[in-house]
Amino acid sequence: MDEGRKIRVLVAKPGLDGHDRGAKVVARALRDAGMEVIYTGLRQTPEQIVAAAIQEDVDVVAMSILSGAHNYLFPRVMQLLRERGVDDVLVVGGGIIPDEDIPGLKECGIAEVFTPGASTADTVKFIRENIKR
Amino acid sequence: MNQGDLSGEYGRWKSGPYAKTCARFPERKERFEGSSGIEVKPLYTPLDVEQVDYVNDLGFPGEYPYTRGVQPTMYRGRFWTMRQYAGFATAEESNRRYKYLLEQGQTGLSVAFDLPTQIGYDSDHELSAGEVGKVGVAIDSLADMETLFDGIPLDKVSTSMTINAPASMLLAMYIAVAEKQGVFANKLNGTIQNDILKEYAARGTYIFPPKPSMRLITNIFEYCSTAVPRWNTISISGYHIREAGATAVQEVAFTLADGIAYVKAAVDAGLDVDDFGPRLSFFFNAHNDLLEEVAKFRAARRLWARIMRDRFGAKDPKSMQLRFHTQTAGCTLTAQQPDNNIVRVTLQALAAVLGGTQSLHTNSRDEALALPSQDSVRIALRTQQIIAYESGVADTIDPLAGSYYIEALTDEIERAAADYIRRIDEIGGAPAAIERGFIQAEIEESAYRYQMEIESGDRTIVGLNDFQIEEDRPSGLLKVDPAVGDLQCRKLAQLRAERDNAAVEASLAALEHAASGSDNLMPYILDAVRAYATLGEMCGVLRGVFGEYKPTVAY
Amino acid sequence: MDWQEIVSRALARDIRAVSRLISIVEDRRSGFENAYAAIYPHTGRAHVIGITGPPGSGKSTLVDKMAAEYRGRGKTVGIVAVDPTSPFTGGALLGDRLRMQRHSLDDGVFIRSMGTRGHLGGVSRATSGVVDVLDAAGYDYVLIETVGVGQSEVEIASLADTVALVQVPGLGDDIQVIKAGVMEIGDVFVVNKKDRPGVERVVAEIRMALDLAGNASGRVRAYSGHHGPTAASAAGAVATTEVTPWRPPILQTMAESGEGVAEVCDMCDVHMCRLTEDGTLVERRLRRAKSETMQIASDLIWRGLADDPRTLEAAEGLARKVAQREMDPYVAGRSLRELIVN
Repeated sequence: MDEGRKIRVLVAKPGLDGHDRGAKVVARALRDAGMEVIYTGLRQTPEQIVAAAIQEDVDVVAMSILSGAHNYLFPRVMQLLRERGVDDVLVVGGGIIPDEDIPGLKECGIAEVFTPGASTADTVKFIRENIKR
Repeated sequence: MNQGDLSGEYGRWKSGPYAKTCARFPERKERFEGSSGIEVKPLYTPLDVEQVDYVNDLGFPGEYPYTRGVQPTMYRGRFWTMRQYAGFATAEESNRRYKYLLEQGQTGLSVAFDLPTQIGYDSDHELSAGEVGKVGVAIDSLADMETLFDGIPLDKVSTSMTINAPASMLLAMYIAVAEKQGVFANKLNGTIQNDILKEYAARGTYIFPPKPSMRLITNIFEYCSTAVPRWNTISISGYHIREAGATAVQEVAFTLADGIAYVKAAVDAGLDVDDFGPRLSFFFNAHNDLLEEVAKFRAARRLWARIMRDRFGAKDPKSMQLRFHTQTAGCTLTAQQPDNNIVRVTLQALAAVLGGTQSLHTNSRDEALALPSQDSVRIALRTQQIIAYESGVADTIDPLAGSYYIEALTDEIERAAADYIRRIDEIGGAPAAIERGFIQAEIEESAYRYQMEIESGDRTIVGLNDFQIEEDRPSGLLKVDPAVGDLQCRKLAQLRAERDNAAVEASLAALEHAASGSDNLMPYILDAVRAYATLGEMCGVLRGVFGEYKPTVAY
Repeated sequence: MDWQEIVSRALARDIRAVSRLISIVEDRRSGFENAYAAIYPHTGRAHVIGITGPPGSGKSTLVDKMAAEYRGRGKTVGIVAVDPTSPFTGGALLGDRLRMQRHSLDDGVFIRSMGTRGHLGGVSRATSGVVDVLDAAGYDYVLIETVGVGQSEVEIASLADTVALVQVPGLGDDIQVIKAGVMEIGDVFVVNKKDRPGVERVVAEIRMALDLAGNASGRVRAYSGHHGPTAASAAGAVATTEVTPWRPPILQTMAESGEGVAEVCDMCDVHMCRLTEDGTLVERRLRRAKSETMQIASDLIWRGLADDPRTLEAAEGLARKVAQREMDPYVAGRSLRELIVN
């Protein structure tokens, strides 16, 4: 049993969106890839997400949102992480996010956005290659 | 040729020409399966339907067990209602979209509400930030509802509202708007989704815990049975359960299990099953596997008829009829090569029609990316119209009946779903099964398996994991103006300044008092609605009395 | 931040530092032994409560409500939620936090999720290190929530000062109550979801099993005090030479609504009082220290072995003989030991 360093991921559902199929499928895939996955459940405020990320000392925050509220909620999470001095967490997003919004999200610090059709294998690969350690 | 001979002949063919060809040219897969894991055989013959008794198992349209349809003439009398789900941003914009759709030949309205509305928050609530108007129209009070239906005669259209936890309030608003138009409640036609169990299991827009939620639901059943008798008081939904990843069998099983729970709750509350039974309706998904979907709809009809008659002792035939709305499967739409979605939706819509749906929503090609643009929604509507007017499938009833495959599969789906229902009964019914996380776990398992099939290539999604192209992203997608949130907040401020706040306070106090007791809450809600209490205010009062639902199951 | 800075900040209960320190200790990252040495003198102040029970018993909800109750009393709470690591993939789905997320904005509550990392007992070896970090950081209570399956329940006993065993009526497994060894470690018994049918029977079964365990094992936890544990007797307890065994109370709760939770918290506090008054706490902690020290020593020895290719090769060869029935496992084991020692 490998006692090496596990990758810890916070899978979060910001805002009021109740669709968790994607978040749960990704969570399972990450678990099957050997990661420790903490799932926040639904209806998380940016404050709650950041507090959990800090307490759990995660390597990755993965946010899933299908309600179109990503342009408000994702930057808010990035802002709070910055304010708390957290700069070593990889933040990724997924869900229904139009292509034209992606550059803006990346600019505020979201490392990658996984849109419909992205495979969980891509997500695992991206995380492994980009965590900040 | 008798069955013995047929069996021999089938054996001869299977081990002879069929086996020989397989040996030289192996089939595309080792095993063919539908969504539910049921094996799809190379060939179905009379041997597969020996147990089917026409009169008892199929019957005639409009007669028990309704396998072939709930109505004697079906689409020969009237096509299914073409009812496109719509709503976004402000009531004004949605009103415009409704009028456009009605002009283009849509025959019923279907309202989509934004998340704050679905979860009982006003647009100016802290948790509403960024969400106002995004997935549907923002309705904060009766004032918004009046705008939404401005110029739309409520005695002439039937309206379906996709609203669950605060369904009582939106229904009250609809009734109040009709009043202002001079239309009495007993003339109103429509549906509220009002299915809280699937919210806990699959959709996530719950507010209150199960017991008070069931009370609100049975209050609505009771109120409408006399005051709004043409209203479908619940749309017991499998669509979302399927979208969350369930198989066809699970979709039927979990939906009907939820239905059983609602009927039981209403009966336990003292209602007679035939008082509300006729007004129960269902909402299913139309997924990719066309033939499995047709069998699924037929199985659901027959199973529900049997449940209502044998388990609940319904006497009114209308209580045994499973009437349903269908929506084509959103989860099958791809962002890649979006025009392909038009083809997918066509096949799915065809399945729903061959399956005997009462009303249908067809998704638009761009919905994997955004809410539909006007052009896209028009094509979706035309899809239904072409099937109705040009394809001929609506000219005879239940045309696929008698197909060896369809009948065998209908039986199998019914059997497998009934099995699941038995297991759920053993746990204590759908509410208990949801509390234990049983239903959610089954759904997640199916969802995960489906995704892994796609990633391994076992399941081909055209344009996604095969037949890909280099493509530019489409333009012309619908964007909801972020200023909608501010606009709604301003409207709220104005409303609060202009209304009779004393009347609002009084009505909210009365509602709170009634909520702590056992009165039917609909009259109190109507009073508050007419006084222009906001949705957030009314739900806030009930949150105070009932508490909020806290999910306890993570995985 | 180097480990010294992390330690000094963690001791001042800086959340980020506490969190990072937990990771350092849990992963045994470089510097962890120094860090651990620096914080260890500050441990021993927290009341460590282990909460265990079968899946579906409502442990997380109970922990969530207990934390709220203790916060209401002005205390700070650390929570360690342990979930199983998959032995096949090495990954874990840590889902307990979801039931407690409302506390995430309260600086007086720290929630940390952990996997079992292949530790057979179900409670990871590192858990005790994590508990120590939270203890040293100054949290008044550290609640450990674990998967209540078999061995793990007994393992918590060695970490916790007070063990609360949670049961529910109607899970269909009467045996859950009477499993060997389990009865002995429970200091407080909680029957949750008490509105379910069968609650009286579960209570009766626990009582019966406690009687049996008390008589049969003769393992009596020495406490002073005259009668059974009540808040009154704890408050007025006078040290006497008379020793009466702690009768674990059986409490009924509806964790979801919070009903009965205050009493659970009270009983845990009473238990702690009793432990402290008569020196049992000291005795238990000594036992824990001994078992931990020996466990670490044995781990170090084993690690050395497992890493040595010669040992591995020899083990392979011996294993083949055993599998082919040419040698029995005891002979093989002794041979291997001979090899290692020489």
